[in-house]
Amino acid sequence: MIGDLQQLEISALTELEKATNEDQAQAVRTKYLGRKGRLTGLLRNIAQVPDAEKPLFGKRCNEVKDTLSAKIDEVLFQQSLRKKSDGLLKEKIDVTIPGRSVKFGRIHPVIQIRREICAIFASFGFSIVEGPEVELDYYNFEALNIPKDHPARDMQDTFYIEENIVLRTHTSPVQVRIMEKIQPPVRILSPGRVYRRDSDVSHTPMFHQIEGLLVDKGVSFADLKGILTAFLKKIFGMDTTLRFRPSFFPFTEPSAEVDIRCVICGGSGCRVCGQSGWLEILGSGMVDPAVFRNVGYDSEEYTGFAFGLGLERIAMLKYGVSDIRLFFENDIRFLKQF
Amino acid sequence: MLVSLKWLKDYVDINVTAEELAGKLTMAGLEVDEIKTIRPSFSGVVAAKIISVKPHPAADKLSLCDVTDGSQTYRVVCGAKNIKAGDIVPLAKVGATIPGGYTIKSSVLRGEKSDGMLCSEAELETGDNSLGIWQLPENLTLGVPLETALDLSDTVLDVSITPNRADCLSMIGIAREVAAITGEKIKIPVGLIKEIIEDISLHTSVTIIDADLCPRYTARLLINVKVGSSPAWMKTRLESAGLRSINNVVDVTNFVMLEMGQPLHAFDFRFLEQGKIIVRKSRDDEEFTSLDGKTRKLPADTLLICDGVKPVAIGGIMGGLNSEVKDDTQIVLLESAYFNPVSIRRSARKLAMPTDASFRFERGIDPEGVIRALNRAAQLIADLSGGNIYKNCIDEYPQKVPAVKDIPLRLSRISQLTGTAIDAKEVIKILQSIGMTVGNAGKDYYLVTPPTFRVDIKREIDLIEEVIRIYGYDRVPVTLPNVAVVEMASNPRMDLEEKIRHILIGTGYSEVVNYSFVTPESVNYLCLPKNDERRRLVRIKNPLVEDQSVMRTTMVFGLLDAMKKNNNNGSLDLKIFEMGRVFIDREREELPEEKNMLACLLTGVMTDNLWGNKVNADFYDLKGCLENIFYDFKLTNCHYRSSISEPFLHPGKSCGIYIGELLAGYMGQVHPDTLERMDLRNCACVFEINLDILANQVNNLIHYKEISKFPAVTRDVAFLIPAEMETNYMIDIVLRQNEELLENVVIFDIYAGKGISEGMKSLGLRFSYRAPDRTLTDVEVNNIHDKIVQNTVGLTGAKIRGE
Repeated sequence: MIGDLQQLEISALTELEKATNEDQAQAVRTKYLGRKGRLTGLLRNIAQVPDAEKPLFGKRCNEVKDTLSAKIDEVLFQQSLRKKSDGLLKEKIDVTIPGRSVKFGRIHPVIQIRREICAIFASFGFSIVEGPEVELDYYNFEALNIPKDHPARDMQDTFYIEENIVLRTHTSPVQVRIMEKIQPPVRILSPGRVYRRDSDVSHTPMFHQIEGLLVDKGVSFADLKGILTAFLKKIFGMDTTLRFRPSFFPFTEPSAEVDIRCVICGGSGCRVCGQSGWLEILGSGMVDPAVFRNVGYDSEEYTGFAFGLGLERIAMLKYGVSDIRLFFENDIRFLKQF
Repeated sequence: MLVSLKWLKDYVDINVTAEELAGKLTMAGLEVDEIKTIRPSFSGVVAAKIISVKPHPAADKLSLCDVTDGSQTYRVVCGAKNIKAGDIVPLAKVGATIPGGYTIKSSVLRGEKSDGMLCSEAELETGDNSLGIWQLPENLTLGVPLETALDLSDTVLDVSITPNRADCLSMIGIAREVAAITGEKIKIPVGLIKEIIEDISLHTSVTIIDADLCPRYTARLLINVKVGSSPAWMKTRLESAGLRSINNVVDVTNFVMLEMGQPLHAFDFRFLEQGKIIVRKSRDDEEFTSLDGKTRKLPADTLLICDGVKPVAIGGIMGGLNSEVKDDTQIVLLESAYFNPVSIRRSARKLAMPTDASFRFERGIDPEGVIRALNRAAQLIADLSGGNIYKNCIDEYPQKVPAVKDIPLRLSRISQLTGTAIDAKEVIKILQSIGMTVGNAGKDYYLVTPPTFRVDIKREIDLIEEVIRIYGYDRVPVTLPNVAVVEMASNPRMDLEEKIRHILIGTGYSEVVNYSFVTPESVNYLCLPKNDERRRLVRIKNPLVEDQSVMRTTMVFGLLDAMKKNNNNGSLDLKIFEMGRVFIDREREELPEEKNMLACLLTGVMTDNLWGNKVNADFYDLKGCLENIFYDFKLTNCHYRSSISEPFLHPGKSCGIYIGELLAGYMGQVHPDTLERMDLRNCACVFEINLDILANQVNNLIHYKEISKFPAVTRDVAFLIPAEMETNYMIDIVLRQNEELLENVVIFDIYAGKGISEGMKSLGLRFSYRAPDRTLTDVEVNNIHDKIVQNTVGLTGAKIRGE
């Protein structure tokens, strides 16, 4: 009888293995474990088992029943999973079709540069300030040590509103307005639109500038070099080579023009750098004592430096734009690239 | 300033390459923009040796020459008489070009073949001798191109001179800088002058009436001048500096100006009435014809150089046609003066006559170099034109031009400002190298007197700049400032702009930047009414073009213009925004009002992918974008009122944007007439909002409200209301009943058409009720809901749909 039991288990498992759907698996259950099933039949014949073997036979019967039942459940579960998954696969979609979303817009490239520069100087502790774009001649020129009828006025071709009112030619007047209001230490950055009467491939009558100013006790030209070196390396990369060379701005003295090694040719000379291997990036210098006098600072006690740069120029170099006018055409095909 | 290195070598030795010199000058503040090579205006001309000279069988004046370039022999027919076998001469071979654009060809002269041409100096423009073939030095290697053999090329540096460095607007000025930075010695031409016995004062005089405008006027008189063309060396010098040769008198004045920086003028003395010079300001409406042939009405206070009767030159700017040196001029009055820089600048600008002379005078020339230049020019004219110089010069110097002396210089200040301690010896050496006199006035304390040509040096800081400039900026260490911690000021509006920028690009809008100036017609395109403040235009006096002649008073015009440009490029679907300022003229105030604005434009299809539903963007798409912004700033009190409308917006599809009761902007679909006027074919929606107002209203406080654990109960009602009734009116009436348990009410459906009578619409509202502390019962909700609905019907005259 024990032998019959073993055979029954083997044949049930074999049949179960062949069951490919739920019905067939259920049929195995009915055939072996049902009320009229074969295992039930065997149990019914327990009387024929010798008494000594009866406990063992009973135990084996139960074991076989449990094993088969669990196997059948397992098969049924697997089959239900497969069925569900087959159903889902029928809903297969084309994952290569572009997604449905609001496509991001872009920030204007010049504004991107402005944000980048402002963020760098914010990390140096500079506050962002602003001033009027239509400015008094006094703030744009005279307070910055550029008197009327001074040749230095030739450096910037000016739009006039009135005899004494101009479109600011640089963001430097903001430093005067701020210094009139607060006492040192001063650490400010003034970004904004500026206007010069000029128009060609590398000049537009309006462009963006950022002007920075740091005034405190003991600020030196070496510090100017330090801050601007740190800044330019952040913007153009740590391996940027730069040079400071003497120049002239009426509101700073000594003044320095800062060049970086040409990012296009690496210094060997190309069209972009005019064969010089260097690119002019910004103007800077120690604040002229005359400017301090105009705002009532004591130039013996305080020293400071100022610098200014054109954002379009930086954007042109960073993004390889060769015509500055593109920044103001607002062609969406241009804007979408940044 | 164009600097010929050959010319420069007259004043200073140069033992570095042009590139090295350019680098050194640039690093000393004289930026070299370009290095140019000037080659002679011929090519293919080589050094050749004459083997034999034989008479031409058919022409007495010609001879047949056999010449060799070392490798080949050429037969050349030549007309010159100064040649013999063994001479080294320039041979222009077949194919060579010579000045005047001629190309040498093989030819037959009176039956004899000629393969080339032997040239004179004049033919090659290297000298003036045109009488015979140019006899070259015997040691030249045959066959070598002449420009190489004789070093006829020149290198010219284009140096950009900053406005402060007036002293560098001359060859000698540049040479002084070169000497200072290379350590070479400067060589200044010795001013020997040969005078005749007769004194100048017997023939002419100078009277300065307006000494403030002309502190110094000096003159010399030359007789027996023969005006002619200048020698080749002079022409070459002038050409290297970009000037054209005129004649041997005018050329000398230009040459000395370029050499010494002192502008000069030569008058034909026979046209100076009463033979004298009077320097005075112009009178009202005086007219004058200058050398360029133009007649101008002179502004008041223009400095004039006059003879006894009439003006003969605009002082420091340009001479007059009436006293110009001509071919037959014999007596020349030579002027060398110091004019007031400000006055010259003002006049040159008013007259729009920027000249080489005015450029130098307005920057400031050396007041003590006036006579030196006068003498140098007088002697050169005498040398080149055979003239004689009267004894003495006139030197009217009524007003001494102040010279700066004894500027205090502290060594401590140098190190304080530069952040580097420069040795006292080096400081003194640097200052002396650029012509300064340094006197010791105490420990590490000096009194420095600049040379008179350094008109830019007046203060200690000017000296420090000079020291550090020559010392070398690259030798200054790189340090970080040791400064106090400053609290960073924040600007709420700028912070707001940054956030808006992020919201908008996330919503698909791209940022544009338009010029702040627009056409004055912009306000007409937008049909702004007469009294609208946006018609208070700030006008630019000197615009580049009329289309950019007024400052914008609204940003919308620029966005529509950008739309037009993009549409023309085939970009029809646009979402763009701009942040910037508008400018409103305030008559009484000096400066216009500047308002910070945000403007947005939406046109075309809303979705970006072509396979999705193509829905044209409308008012509500743009409004959603604005609501996003308000949502982010937690502005809950925003209203949209159709009672406000802009003339350039669709009257039925536009509104004012209110924050609280403040009008902050407007929004709407652009009026079809505006579109038509601006030649736009597609519908567009815009809004413009004042960011200064917005920034003031932003609410940054967040108050957490407990989330109820109990369920909400909703009731839907469809109201039938007149089509023109605004939904917000209905919702307002519902909310104004202040029912505590009404959590919110939202629109779930708006419908008009079939089943709804003409002129009416169905507005479906979903009411949501909830209590914070319990689950509401149906009875409770029904009671409240019925009351609200009844009240609403009562107050608005709405009907309930389906009743």
